[in-house]
Amino acid sequence: MERTIRRKRKAVVDTDMCVACGCCVKVCPMEAIEIWRGIAARVAEEKCVGCGKCARECPASVIEIREEGERR
Amino acid sequence: MKKHWYDYMWIVSLAYLILGFFNILFAWLGLLCFFIPLLISAVKGTKGYCNRYCGRGQLFGLLGGRVGLSRKRDIPKWMKSRGFRYGFLAFFFVMFFQMLWNTYLVFVGTADLKQVVTLLWTFKLPWQWAYHGTLFHPGVAQFAFGFYSVMLTSTILGLITMVLFKPRSWCVYCPMGTMTQMICRVRNGRK
Repeated sequence: MERTIRRKRKAVVDTDMCVACGCCVKVCPMEAIEIWRGIAARVAEEKCVGCGKCARECPASVIEIREEGERR
Repeated sequence: MKKHWYDYMWIVSLAYLILGFFNILFAWLGLLCFFIPLLISAVKGTKGYCNRYCGRGQLFGLLGGRVGLSRKRDIPKWMKSRGFRYGFLAFFFVMFFQMLWNTYLVFVGTADLKQVVTLLWTFKLPWQWAYHGTLFHPGVAQFAFGFYSVMLTSTILGLITMVLFKPRSWCVYCPMGTMTQMICRVRNGRK
């Protein structure tokens, strides 16, 4: 029988385009996001469960949910 | 999630808009929405105002989110570009200084007080019912009319982009947000 390997999913912020509004911080159930020095959102990878709430909330749509190790 | 006192700032924002309908002099209170974010970013180096206390953002979040008035679509790329954000900030500044100039003209007696609220920098709405005289100079009232125009105009723009895109789309191009982020960038460096 074939086994499917599911990789962990994490939120990734495009920090260059982030407006640092903090909408993502408010909706994160894991308290895994902070606004770093008023410049951009930063995700604590060890806390993030990849639920995607932040990505849906982000008014600039600059958060993506990616599988670990996946690069763009 | 636990609610804090500052999660109810949307009531203050709403009250501000309503109060300006009855007495235009309340518009002066809007200066707090200018000075508090600037102070927080300059002194603490954070966007604490946007992140926690901004009642306007909360109001859009509520109307677009819980009330369901937003299509929740992605904002166009050009609207989140730095060019547009800084351009809008510059435009906002120019219009703001024009408003200050009009106030100055009333203060020095060159122009008369105009009891109008200018929407979207173009449409002049009669607003005389909200003016009941002032103990001070008519220039004080002129500033209130001008400032209320700025606040109402930005609310309308925010409501339009709330409906078209995501609830808090206004936050993407809000001049105060752009300015405080710029201050934080300069203050904290781009590490």
